[in-house]
Amino acid sequence: MEILDALLTPLSYTFIQRGLLAALMVGVLCSVIGCYVVLRSMAFLGDAMAHAVLPGVAVAYLLGRNLTLGALVAALVVALGVGLFSRKGMVKEDTAIGVLFAAALSLGVVLISSIRTYAVDLSHILFGNVLGVSSLDLWLTAIIGSIILVSILLFYRQFLVVSFDPVLAATLRMRVGLFNNLLLVLLALTIVISMQTVGVGLVAAMLVTPAATAYLLVRRLPTMMLVSGFIGGFSSLVGLFASYHLNVASGAAIVLTTTLIFLLVFLFAPQKGLVWDLARR
Amino acid sequence: MTSQHARSTTAQILPDEPARLEVAGVKVSYNGHLALNDLSFQVAHGARLAVVGPNAAGKTTLFKALVGLIPLKSGHIQIHGQPLGHHQDCVAYVPQREEVDWRFPVTVYDVVMMGRFGQQGLLQRPSPSDREMVMNSLEQLGIADLAERAIGELSGGQQQRVFLSRALAQNPHILLMDEPFTGVDFTTQEAALDLLEHLQSEQVTAMVSTHDLTLASERFDQVLLLNKRMIAYGSPQEVFTPQNLSRAFGSQVLFLDGVAVVDQCCPPEDEFE
Repeated sequence: MEILDALLTPLSYTFIQRGLLAALMVGVLCSVIGCYVVLRSMAFLGDAMAHAVLPGVAVAYLLGRNLTLGALVAALVVALGVGLFSRKGMVKEDTAIGVLFAAALSLGVVLISSIRTYAVDLSHILFGNVLGVSSLDLWLTAIIGSIILVSILLFYRQFLVVSFDPVLAATLRMRVGLFNNLLLVLLALTIVISMQTVGVGLVAAMLVTPAATAYLLVRRLPTMMLVSGFIGGFSSLVGLFASYHLNVASGAAIVLTTTLIFLLVFLFAPQKGLVWDLARR
Repeated sequence: MTSQHARSTTAQILPDEPARLEVAGVKVSYNGHLALNDLSFQVAHGARLAVVGPNAAGKTTLFKALVGLIPLKSGHIQIHGQPLGHHQDCVAYVPQREEVDWRFPVTVYDVVMMGRFGQQGLLQRPSPSDREMVMNSLEQLGIADLAERAIGELSGGQQQRVFLSRALAQNPHILLMDEPFTGVDFTTQEAALDLLEHLQSEQVTAMVSTHDLTLASERFDQVLLLNKRMIAYGSPQEVFTPQNLSRAFGSQVLFLDGVAVVDQCCPPEDEFE
Protein backbone atom coordinates (compact mmCIF):
# COMPACT_ATOMS: atom_id res chain seq x y z
CA MET A 1 0.00 0.00 0.00
CA GLU A 2 2.86 2.33 0.81
CA ILE A 3 4.37 1.80 -2.63
CA LEU A 4 1.03 2.50 -4.25
CA ASP A 5 0.72 5.62 -2.15
CA ALA A 6 4.17 6.73 -3.21
CA LEU A 7 3.12 6.34 -6.84
CA LEU A 8 -0.31 7.90 -6.56
CA THR A 9 0.22 10.83 -4.20
CA PRO A 10 2.26 12.90 -6.66
CA LEU A 11 -0.34 12.26 -9.36
CA SER A 12 -2.95 14.25 -7.47
CA TYR A 13 -1.17 17.48 -8.43
CA THR A 14 -1.98 18.86 -11.88
CA PHE A 15 1.51 20.25 -12.41
CA ILE A 16 2.97 16.82 -11.79
CA GLN A 17 0.50 15.20 -14.19
CA ARG A 18 1.54 17.70 -16.86
CA GLY A 19 5.21 17.11 -16.08
CA LEU A 20 4.77 13.35 -16.36
CA LEU A 21 3.02 13.60 -19.70
CA ALA A 22 5.65 15.99 -21.07
CA ALA A 23 8.52 13.82 -19.83
CA LEU A 24 6.89 10.70 -21.28
CA MET A 25 6.42 12.27 -24.71
CA VAL A 26 9.89 13.77 -24.83
CA GLY A 27 11.46 10.52 -23.59
CA VAL A 28 9.81 8.48 -26.34
CA LEU A 29 10.51 11.07 -29.02
CA CYS A 30 14.20 11.56 -28.21
CA SER A 31 14.72 7.81 -28.06
CA VAL A 32 13.05 7.10 -31.41
CA ILE A 33 14.86 9.78 -33.43
CA GLY A 34 17.94 8.93 -31.35
CA CYS A 35 18.22 5.66 -33.31
CA TYR A 36 19.29 7.70 -36.34
CA VAL A 37 21.57 9.83 -34.15
CA VAL A 38 23.35 6.69 -32.96
CA LEU A 39 23.46 4.90 -36.31
CA ARG A 40 24.70 7.96 -38.20
CA SER A 41 27.18 8.94 -35.45
CA MET A 42 25.49 12.31 -34.94
CA ALA A 43 25.68 12.38 -31.12
CA PHE A 44 28.18 15.23 -31.02
CA LEU A 45 26.16 17.21 -33.58
CA GLY A 46 23.02 16.73 -31.49
CA ASP A 47 24.85 18.02 -28.44
CA ALA A 48 26.06 21.10 -30.34
CA MET A 49 22.55 21.80 -31.62
CA ALA A 50 21.21 21.53 -28.09
CA HIS A 51 23.69 24.06 -26.74
CA ALA A 52 22.96 26.43 -29.62
CA VAL A 53 19.49 26.71 -28.13
CA LEU A 54 20.94 28.90 -25.40
CA PRO A 55 21.91 31.95 -27.50
CA GLY A 56 18.78 31.33 -29.59
CA VAL A 57 16.55 31.74 -26.56
CA ALA A 58 18.45 34.83 -25.42
CA VAL A 59 18.28 36.53 -28.83
CA ALA A 60 14.58 35.73 -29.16
CA TYR A 61 14.01 37.24 -25.70
CA LEU A 62 15.95 40.42 -26.59
CA LEU A 63 13.96 40.79 -29.82
CA GLY A 64 10.73 40.06 -28.00
CA ARG A 65 10.01 37.00 -30.15
CA ASN A 66 8.82 33.51 -29.32
CA LEU A 67 11.51 31.69 -27.32
CA THR A 68 10.79 28.27 -28.82
CA LEU A 69 11.11 29.66 -32.33
CA GLY A 70 14.40 31.33 -31.42
CA ALA A 71 15.70 28.05 -30.04
CA LEU A 72 14.68 26.17 -33.19
CA VAL A 73 16.31 28.68 -35.55
CA ALA A 74 19.55 28.67 -33.54
CA ALA A 75 19.75 24.86 -33.53
CA LEU A 76 19.31 24.80 -37.31
CA VAL A 77 21.86 27.58 -37.87
CA VAL A 78 24.47 25.53 -35.99
CA ALA A 79 23.61 22.38 -37.97
CA LEU A 80 23.92 24.26 -41.25
CA GLY A 81 27.11 25.98 -40.04
CA VAL A 82 28.70 22.59 -39.38
CA GLY A 83 27.73 21.56 -42.90
CA LEU A 84 29.26 24.74 -44.32
CA PHE A 85 32.56 24.49 -42.43
CA SER A 86 33.09 20.82 -43.20
CA ARG A 87 32.07 21.16 -46.84
CA LYS A 88 34.64 19.69 -49.25
CA GLY A 89 36.67 18.47 -46.29
CA MET A 90 38.12 21.92 -45.45
CA VAL A 91 37.64 21.22 -41.74
CA LYS A 92 36.79 17.79 -40.34
CA GLU A 93 33.17 17.53 -39.21
CA ASP A 94 33.81 16.84 -35.53
CA THR A 95 36.28 19.74 -35.44
CA ALA A 96 33.69 22.08 -36.97
CA ILE A 97 31.17 20.88 -34.39
CA GLY A 98 33.66 21.48 -31.57
CA VAL A 99 34.27 25.05 -32.74
CA LEU A 100 30.59 25.95 -33.09
CA PHE A 101 29.51 24.10 -29.97
CA ALA A 102 31.79 26.12 -27.69
CA ALA A 103 30.99 29.35 -29.52
CA ALA A 104 27.23 28.84 -29.18
CA LEU A 105 27.45 27.99 -25.49
CA SER A 106 29.68 31.00 -24.77
CA LEU A 107 27.48 33.35 -26.75
CA GLY A 108 24.48 32.06 -24.84
CA VAL A 109 26.12 32.62 -21.47
CA VAL A 110 27.28 36.13 -22.47
CA LEU A 111 23.85 37.14 -23.74
CA ILE A 112 21.90 35.69 -20.85
CA SER A 113 24.20 37.09 -18.16
CA SER A 114 23.92 40.54 -19.75
CA ILE A 115 20.11 40.51 -19.64
CA ARG A 116 19.55 41.56 -16.03
CA THR A 117 15.80 41.56 -16.24
CA TYR A 118 15.65 38.09 -17.75
CA ALA A 119 12.99 36.19 -15.94
CA VAL A 120 13.98 32.66 -16.95
CA ASP A 121 16.72 31.10 -14.90
CA LEU A 122 19.66 29.83 -16.95
CA SER A 123 19.65 26.61 -15.00
CA HIS A 124 16.10 25.89 -16.21
CA ILE A 125 17.26 25.88 -19.82
CA LEU A 126 20.38 23.87 -18.97
CA PHE A 127 18.81 21.26 -16.74
CA GLY A 128 15.11 21.50 -17.47
CA ASN A 129 12.20 22.34 -15.24
CA VAL A 130 9.71 19.62 -15.87
CA LEU A 131 7.34 20.71 -13.11
CA GLY A 132 6.97 24.14 -14.69
CA VAL A 133 5.34 22.77 -17.86
CA SER A 134 2.25 24.83 -18.73
CA SER A 135 -0.71 23.31 -20.52
CA LEU A 136 0.25 25.34 -23.62
CA ASP A 137 3.73 23.77 -23.48
CA LEU A 138 2.10 20.38 -23.22
CA TRP A 139 -0.05 20.96 -26.31
CA LEU A 140 2.96 22.28 -28.24
CA THR A 141 4.98 19.20 -27.28
CA ALA A 142 2.12 16.90 -28.32
CA ILE A 143 1.63 18.58 -31.71
CA ILE A 144 5.31 18.91 -32.63
CA GLY A 145 5.96 15.41 -31.28
CA SER A 146 3.24 13.94 -33.50
CA ILE A 147 4.66 15.74 -36.54
CA ILE A 148 8.09 14.28 -35.82
CA LEU A 149 6.83 10.72 -35.28
CA VAL A 150 4.59 10.81 -38.36
CA SER A 151 7.50 12.08 -40.50
CA ILE A 152 9.74 9.29 -39.24
CA LEU A 153 7.08 6.71 -40.10
CA LEU A 154 6.14 8.26 -43.44
CA PHE A 155 9.70 8.63 -44.72
CA TYR A 156 11.00 5.46 -43.07
CA ARG A 157 12.37 4.03 -46.32
CA GLN A 158 14.01 7.29 -47.38
CA PHE A 159 15.69 7.84 -44.02
CA LEU A 160 16.78 4.19 -43.93
CA VAL A 161 18.43 4.23 -47.36
CA VAL A 162 19.94 7.70 -47.00
CA SER A 163 21.47 6.65 -43.67
CA PHE A 164 22.59 3.14 -44.61
CA ASP A 165 23.66 3.60 -48.21
CA PRO A 166 23.70 7.13 -49.68
CA VAL A 167 25.11 5.73 -52.94
CA LEU A 168 22.05 3.53 -53.42
CA ALA A 169 19.84 6.48 -52.52
CA ALA A 170 21.50 8.44 -55.32
CA THR A 171 21.08 5.65 -57.86
CA LEU A 172 17.41 5.38 -56.86
CA ARG A 173 17.16 9.14 -57.48
CA MET A 174 16.17 9.83 -53.90
CA ARG A 175 16.79 13.39 -52.79
CA VAL A 176 19.70 12.62 -50.48
CA GLY A 177 20.34 16.25 -49.48
CA LEU A 178 16.66 16.93 -48.86
CA PHE A 179 16.20 13.97 -46.53
CA ASN A 180 19.46 14.63 -44.68
CA ASN A 181 18.27 18.18 -44.03
CA LEU A 182 14.79 17.00 -43.06
CA LEU A 183 16.34 14.71 -40.49
CA LEU A 184 18.32 17.66 -39.09
CA VAL A 185 15.13 19.74 -38.84
CA LEU A 186 13.33 16.90 -37.01
CA LEU A 187 16.31 16.58 -34.69
CA ALA A 188 16.29 20.32 -33.98
CA LEU A 189 12.54 20.19 -33.24
CA THR A 190 13.06 17.28 -30.86
CA ILE A 191 15.81 19.14 -29.01
CA VAL A 192 13.72 22.28 -28.69
CA ILE A 193 10.73 20.55 -27.18
CA SER A 194 13.04 18.62 -24.83
CA MET A 195 14.41 21.91 -23.47
CA GLN A 196 11.89 22.13 -20.67
CA THR A 197 11.94 18.53 -19.44
CA VAL A 198 15.55 17.37 -19.56
CA GLY A 199 17.26 20.65 -20.48
CA VAL A 200 19.75 21.30 -23.26
CA GLY A 201 22.67 20.06 -21.16
CA LEU A 202 21.23 16.56 -20.97
CA VAL A 203 19.15 16.14 -24.12
CA ALA A 204 22.11 14.58 -25.94
CA ALA A 205 22.04 11.74 -23.39
CA MET A 206 18.35 11.09 -24.13
CA LEU A 207 19.16 11.05 -27.84
CA VAL A 208 21.95 8.52 -27.43
CA THR A 209 21.56 6.27 -24.37
CA PRO A 210 18.16 4.59 -25.01
CA ALA A 211 19.02 4.03 -28.69
CA ALA A 212 22.45 2.63 -27.81
CA THR A 213 20.75 0.28 -25.35
CA ALA A 214 18.20 -0.88 -27.92
CA TYR A 215 20.99 -1.45 -30.45
CA LEU A 216 22.47 -4.09 -28.15
CA LEU A 217 19.16 -5.96 -28.03
CA VAL A 218 17.80 -6.12 -31.58
CA ARG A 219 18.88 -6.61 -35.18
CA ARG A 220 16.40 -4.50 -37.17
CA LEU A 221 15.81 -0.76 -37.24
CA PRO A 222 12.01 -0.81 -36.64
CA THR A 223 12.39 -2.97 -33.52
CA MET A 224 15.32 -0.83 -32.43
CA MET A 225 13.04 2.22 -32.58
CA LEU A 226 10.28 0.45 -30.63
CA VAL A 227 12.59 -0.83 -27.90
CA SER A 228 14.42 2.49 -27.69
CA GLY A 229 11.14 4.43 -27.42
CA PHE A 230 9.98 2.09 -24.68
CA ILE A 231 13.23 2.48 -22.70
CA GLY A 232 13.07 6.27 -23.11
CA GLY A 233 9.45 6.52 -21.96
CA PHE A 234 9.98 4.13 -19.06
CA SER A 235 13.10 6.00 -17.89
CA SER A 236 11.24 9.30 -18.00
CA LEU A 237 8.51 8.00 -15.71
CA VAL A 238 10.87 6.26 -13.31
CA GLY A 239 13.25 9.22 -13.30
CA LEU A 240 10.50 11.70 -12.60
CA PHE A 241 9.12 9.71 -9.65
CA ALA A 242 12.66 9.33 -8.32
CA SER A 243 13.25 13.06 -8.61
CA TYR A 244 10.00 13.76 -6.73
CA HIS A 245 10.86 11.46 -3.84
CA LEU A 246 14.59 12.21 -3.64
CA ASN A 247 14.10 15.88 -4.36
CA VAL A 248 16.72 16.03 -7.14
CA ALA A 249 16.70 17.64 -10.62
CA SER A 250 14.27 15.77 -12.88
CA GLY A 251 16.38 15.83 -16.06
CA ALA A 252 19.38 14.36 -14.28
CA ALA A 253 17.24 11.66 -12.63
CA ILE A 254 15.78 10.66 -16.02
CA VAL A 255 19.20 10.48 -17.68
CA LEU A 256 20.66 8.45 -14.81
CA THR A 257 17.77 5.98 -15.09
CA THR A 258 18.48 5.37 -18.81
CA THR A 259 22.17 5.03 -17.99
CA LEU A 260 21.37 2.37 -15.41
CA ILE A 261 19.30 0.45 -17.97
CA PHE A 262 22.13 0.79 -20.49
CA LEU A 263 24.63 -0.63 -18.03
CA LEU A 264 22.35 -3.57 -17.17
CA VAL A 265 21.87 -4.37 -20.86
CA PHE A 266 25.55 -3.92 -21.61
CA LEU A 267 26.34 -6.48 -18.92
CA PHE A 268 23.50 -8.94 -19.44
CA ALA A 269 22.26 -8.60 -23.04
CA PRO A 270 21.60 -12.02 -24.59
CA GLN A 271 24.74 -13.19 -26.42
CA LYS A 272 26.40 -9.76 -26.61
CA GLY A 273 26.54 -9.01 -22.86
CA LEU A 274 29.90 -8.56 -21.16
CA VAL A 275 29.00 -11.02 -18.38
CA TRP A 276 28.36 -13.91 -20.82
CA ASP A 277 31.59 -13.00 -22.56
CA LEU A 278 33.55 -13.32 -19.34
CA ALA A 279 31.68 -16.48 -18.34
CA ARG A 280 32.66 -18.16 -21.62
CA ARG A 281 36.38 -17.65 -21.01
CA MET B 1 29.10 -18.03 -75.27
CA THR B 2 30.08 -17.58 -78.91
CA SER B 3 26.64 -16.39 -79.96
CA GLN B 4 26.50 -13.92 -77.10
CA HIS B 5 29.87 -12.58 -78.00
CA ALA B 6 28.86 -12.24 -81.64
CA ARG B 7 25.70 -10.38 -80.66
CA SER B 8 27.49 -7.81 -78.55
CA THR B 9 29.96 -7.19 -81.38
CA THR B 10 27.19 -6.72 -83.94
CA ALA B 11 25.35 -4.36 -81.66
CA GLN B 12 28.42 -2.21 -81.59
CA ILE B 13 28.68 -2.11 -85.36
CA LEU B 14 25.02 -1.38 -86.13
CA PRO B 15 24.92 2.38 -86.65
CA ASP B 16 21.18 2.87 -86.02
CA GLU B 17 21.33 1.20 -82.60
CA PRO B 18 22.34 3.71 -79.91
CA ALA B 19 24.94 2.35 -77.51
CA ARG B 20 23.54 1.54 -74.09
CA LEU B 21 26.14 3.70 -72.45
CA GLU B 22 28.05 6.53 -73.98
CA VAL B 23 30.76 8.49 -72.17
CA ALA B 24 32.05 11.48 -74.13
CA GLY B 25 34.89 13.83 -73.18
CA VAL B 26 34.26 13.34 -69.46
CA LYS B 27 36.46 15.24 -67.01
CA VAL B 28 36.01 14.88 -63.27
CA SER B 29 38.06 16.78 -60.74
CA TYR B 30 38.33 15.93 -57.11
CA ASN B 31 40.01 18.15 -54.49
CA GLY B 32 41.50 20.24 -57.29
CA HIS B 33 43.07 17.22 -59.03
CA LEU B 34 41.82 15.74 -62.26
CA ALA B 35 40.61 12.26 -61.32
CA LEU B 36 39.38 11.51 -64.84
CA ASN B 37 40.63 13.31 -67.88
CA ASP B 38 38.96 13.42 -71.27
CA LEU B 39 37.42 9.97 -71.05
CA SER B 40 35.39 8.80 -74.06
CA PHE B 41 34.06 5.32 -74.77
CA GLN B 42 30.87 3.48 -75.66
CA VAL B 43 29.52 0.24 -74.28
CA ALA B 44 27.13 -1.84 -76.39
CA HIS B 45 24.04 -3.81 -75.32
CA GLY B 46 24.73 -6.60 -72.88
CA ALA B 47 28.49 -6.27 -72.96
CA ARG B 48 30.65 -7.51 -70.12
CA LEU B 49 33.33 -4.94 -69.52
CA ALA B 50 36.24 -5.16 -67.08
CA VAL B 51 37.65 -1.86 -65.89
CA VAL B 52 41.32 -2.31 -65.06
CA GLY B 53 43.94 0.11 -63.81
CA PRO B 54 46.31 0.84 -60.94
CA ASN B 55 45.16 2.17 -57.56
CA ALA B 56 43.71 5.67 -57.76
CA ALA B 57 43.31 5.30 -61.53
CA GLY B 58 39.79 6.69 -61.25
CA LYS B 59 37.82 3.43 -61.36
CA THR B 60 35.61 4.24 -58.39
CA THR B 61 35.36 7.85 -59.58
CA LEU B 62 34.16 6.65 -62.99
CA PHE B 63 31.49 4.47 -61.37
CA LYS B 64 30.30 7.23 -59.09
CA ALA B 65 30.12 9.60 -62.05
CA LEU B 66 28.06 6.99 -63.90
CA VAL B 67 25.43 6.90 -61.15
CA GLY B 68 25.39 10.70 -60.97
CA LEU B 69 27.04 10.95 -57.56
CA ILE B 70 29.88 13.15 -58.73
CA PRO B 71 29.36 16.17 -60.97
CA LEU B 72 31.18 16.20 -64.30
CA LYS B 73 33.56 19.06 -64.96
CA SER B 74 32.92 18.70 -68.66
CA GLY B 75 31.66 16.12 -71.14
CA HIS B 76 28.50 14.08 -70.90
CA ILE B 77 27.20 10.61 -70.11
CA GLN B 78 24.24 9.21 -72.01
CA ILE B 79 22.26 6.05 -71.43
CA HIS B 80 20.06 4.83 -74.27
CA GLY B 81 20.92 8.09 -76.03
CA GLN B 82 19.51 10.17 -73.18
CA PRO B 83 21.28 12.10 -70.42
CA LEU B 84 21.87 10.57 -67.01
CA GLY B 85 18.84 10.72 -64.76
CA HIS B 86 16.25 10.21 -67.49
CA HIS B 87 15.95 6.54 -66.72
CA GLN B 88 15.02 5.80 -63.16
CA ASP B 89 16.59 2.70 -61.65
CA CYS B 90 18.52 2.09 -64.81
CA VAL B 91 21.86 1.69 -63.09
CA ALA B 92 22.64 -0.59 -60.15
CA TYR B 93 25.85 -0.17 -58.19
CA VAL B 94 27.53 -2.79 -56.03
CA PRO B 95 29.81 -0.88 -53.66
CA GLN B 96 33.21 -1.97 -52.38
CA ARG B 97 32.87 -3.93 -49.18
CA GLU B 98 34.69 -1.28 -47.14
CA GLU B 99 32.09 1.33 -48.06
CA VAL B 100 29.26 -0.45 -46.28
CA ASP B 101 28.42 0.04 -42.59
CA TRP B 102 28.13 -3.61 -41.59
CA ARG B 103 27.05 -2.69 -38.05
CA PHE B 104 23.80 -1.12 -39.27
CA PRO B 105 20.77 -3.04 -37.90
CA VAL B 106 19.34 -4.41 -41.14
CA THR B 107 18.72 -7.98 -42.23
CA VAL B 108 19.71 -9.51 -45.55
CA TYR B 109 16.07 -9.28 -46.64
CA ASP B 110 15.93 -5.56 -45.70
CA VAL B 111 19.00 -4.76 -47.78
CA VAL B 112 17.74 -6.56 -50.87
CA MET B 113 14.28 -4.96 -50.48
CA MET B 114 16.00 -1.57 -50.70
CA GLY B 115 16.71 -2.44 -54.31
CA ARG B 116 12.94 -2.34 -54.92
CA PHE B 117 12.36 1.09 -53.34
CA GLY B 118 13.00 2.82 -56.65
CA GLN B 119 9.99 1.11 -58.23
CA GLN B 120 7.71 2.03 -55.35
CA GLY B 121 5.89 5.32 -54.94
CA LEU B 122 6.72 7.71 -52.12
CA LEU B 123 4.25 6.22 -49.65
CA GLN B 124 3.61 2.84 -51.26
CA ARG B 125 4.23 -0.36 -49.32
CA PRO B 126 6.18 -3.26 -50.87
CA SER B 127 3.84 -5.31 -53.07
CA PRO B 128 3.72 -9.14 -53.23
CA SER B 129 5.64 -8.97 -56.50
CA ASP B 130 8.37 -6.91 -54.80
CA ARG B 131 8.64 -9.60 -52.13
CA GLU B 132 8.74 -12.33 -54.73
CA MET B 133 11.48 -10.52 -56.63
CA VAL B 134 13.53 -10.16 -53.45
CA MET B 135 13.19 -13.86 -52.63
CA ASN B 136 14.08 -14.82 -56.21
CA SER B 137 17.22 -12.69 -56.12
CA LEU B 138 18.22 -14.22 -52.80
CA GLU B 139 17.67 -17.72 -54.18
CA GLN B 140 19.64 -16.98 -57.31
CA LEU B 141 22.69 -16.18 -55.21
CA GLY B 142 22.07 -19.07 -52.84
CA ILE B 143 21.48 -17.00 -49.71
CA ALA B 144 17.70 -17.36 -49.30
CA ASP B 145 18.24 -19.22 -46.01
CA LEU B 146 20.10 -16.19 -44.63
CA ALA B 147 17.22 -13.75 -45.29
CA GLU B 148 16.50 -13.02 -41.62
CA ARG B 149 20.14 -12.74 -40.53
CA ALA B 150 21.69 -9.37 -39.68
CA ILE B 151 24.26 -8.38 -42.30
CA GLY B 152 26.97 -7.99 -39.67
CA GLU B 153 26.76 -11.72 -38.83
CA LEU B 154 27.68 -12.89 -42.32
CA SER B 155 31.00 -13.94 -43.83
CA GLY B 156 32.69 -11.67 -46.37
CA GLY B 157 31.53 -13.77 -49.31
CA GLN B 158 27.96 -13.88 -48.05
CA GLN B 159 27.99 -10.10 -47.57
CA GLN B 160 29.14 -9.65 -51.15
CA ARG B 161 26.31 -11.87 -52.35
CA VAL B 162 23.75 -9.78 -50.44
CA PHE B 163 24.72 -6.75 -52.49
CA LEU B 164 24.75 -8.79 -55.69
CA SER B 165 21.18 -9.92 -54.99
CA ARG B 166 20.17 -6.35 -54.29
CA ALA B 167 21.57 -5.29 -57.65
CA LEU B 168 19.60 -8.11 -59.26
CA ALA B 169 16.41 -7.03 -57.48
CA GLN B 170 16.86 -3.54 -58.90
CA ASN B 171 16.28 -5.02 -62.34
CA PRO B 172 18.93 -2.77 -63.86
CA HIS B 173 19.94 -2.11 -67.45
CA ILE B 174 23.47 -1.38 -66.39
CA LEU B 175 25.25 -3.04 -63.49
CA LEU B 176 28.36 -1.50 -61.97
CA MET B 177 30.47 -3.58 -59.58
CA ASP B 178 33.40 -2.04 -57.76
CA GLU B 179 36.09 -4.62 -56.96
CA PRO B 180 33.64 -7.46 -56.28
CA PHE B 181 36.38 -10.08 -56.36
CA THR B 182 38.67 -8.53 -53.76
CA GLY B 183 38.88 -10.62 -50.61
CA VAL B 184 36.03 -13.01 -51.37
CA ASP B 185 36.07 -16.80 -51.49
CA PHE B 186 36.09 -18.81 -54.69
CA THR B 187 32.37 -19.75 -54.41
CA THR B 188 31.34 -16.12 -54.19
CA GLN B 189 33.57 -15.18 -57.11
CA GLU B 190 31.98 -17.90 -59.21
CA ALA B 191 28.50 -16.83 -58.05
CA ALA B 192 29.27 -13.30 -59.18
CA LEU B 193 30.57 -14.49 -62.56
CA ASP B 194 27.53 -16.73 -63.02
CA LEU B 195 25.32 -13.77 -62.26
CA LEU B 196 27.11 -11.74 -64.92
CA GLU B 197 26.53 -14.48 -67.46
CA HIS B 198 22.86 -14.70 -66.52
CA LEU B 199 22.47 -10.94 -66.78
CA GLN B 200 24.19 -10.88 -70.14
CA SER B 201 21.57 -13.27 -71.45
CA GLU B 202 19.02 -10.66 -70.40
CA GLN B 203 20.88 -7.90 -72.22
CA VAL B 204 22.13 -6.25 -69.05
CA THR B 205 25.38 -4.35 -69.50
CA ALA B 206 27.93 -5.03 -66.77
CA MET B 207 30.99 -2.97 -65.86
CA VAL B 208 33.26 -4.52 -63.26
CA SER B 209 36.43 -3.02 -61.84
CA THR B 210 39.06 -5.56 -60.90
CA HIS B 211 42.71 -5.95 -60.03
CA ASP B 212 42.77 -9.45 -61.43
CA LEU B 213 44.18 -9.24 -64.95
CA THR B 214 43.76 -12.96 -65.56
CA LEU B 215 40.12 -12.85 -64.61
CA ALA B 216 39.61 -9.76 -66.77
CA SER B 217 41.10 -11.44 -69.82
CA GLU B 218 39.44 -14.83 -69.33
CA ARG B 219 35.92 -13.91 -68.23
CA PHE B 220 35.17 -10.58 -69.90
CA ASP B 221 34.39 -9.62 -73.50
CA GLN B 222 35.99 -6.23 -73.28
CA VAL B 223 38.51 -4.41 -71.15
CA LEU B 224 38.86 -0.72 -70.40
CA LEU B 225 42.39 0.06 -69.27
CA LEU B 226 42.34 3.22 -67.23
CA ASN B 227 44.82 5.51 -65.55
CA LYS B 228 43.12 8.88 -65.13
CA ARG B 229 42.64 8.80 -68.91
CA MET B 230 41.81 5.93 -71.19
CA ILE B 231 44.87 3.85 -72.04
CA ALA B 232 43.16 1.23 -74.18
CA TYR B 233 39.70 -0.19 -74.83
CA GLY B 234 38.79 -3.34 -76.71
CA SER B 235 38.98 -7.09 -76.45
CA PRO B 236 41.39 -8.46 -73.81
CA GLN B 237 43.80 -9.54 -76.57
CA GLU B 238 43.91 -6.04 -78.00
CA VAL B 239 44.20 -4.29 -74.65
CA PHE B 240 46.64 -6.44 -72.68
CA THR B 241 49.78 -5.73 -74.67
CA PRO B 242 53.07 -5.06 -72.87
CA GLN B 243 53.02 -1.50 -74.17
CA ASN B 244 49.54 -0.73 -72.84
CA LEU B 245 50.24 -2.34 -69.48
CA SER B 246 53.42 -0.30 -69.08
CA ARG B 247 51.54 2.86 -69.89
CA ALA B 248 48.84 2.07 -67.34
CA PHE B 249 50.85 0.62 -64.49
CA GLY B 250 54.28 2.24 -65.04
CA SER B 251 56.96 0.65 -62.91
CA GLN B 252 54.39 -1.56 -61.18
CA VAL B 253 54.45 -3.95 -64.13
CA LEU B 254 57.21 -6.49 -64.74
CA PHE B 255 57.61 -8.73 -67.76
CA LEU B 256 58.94 -12.17 -67.01
CA ASP B 257 59.28 -14.51 -70.00
CA GLY B 258 56.51 -12.72 -71.83
CA VAL B 259 54.15 -12.82 -68.85
CA ALA B 260 53.08 -9.52 -67.35
CA VAL B 261 53.22 -9.36 -63.58
CA VAL B 262 51.59 -6.40 -61.90
CA ASP B 263 52.72 -5.56 -58.41
CA GLN B 264 49.80 -4.23 -56.39
CA CYS B 265 50.67 -5.01 -52.86
CA CYS B 266 48.37 -2.58 -51.19
CA PRO B 267 44.62 -2.70 -50.89
CA PRO B 268 42.89 -0.18 -53.13
CA GLU B 269 42.45 3.12 -51.40
CA ASP B 270 39.04 4.59 -51.68
CA GLU B 271 39.46 7.56 -53.90
CA PHE B 272 36.74 9.51 -52.21
CA GLU B 273 37.25 9.22 -48.52
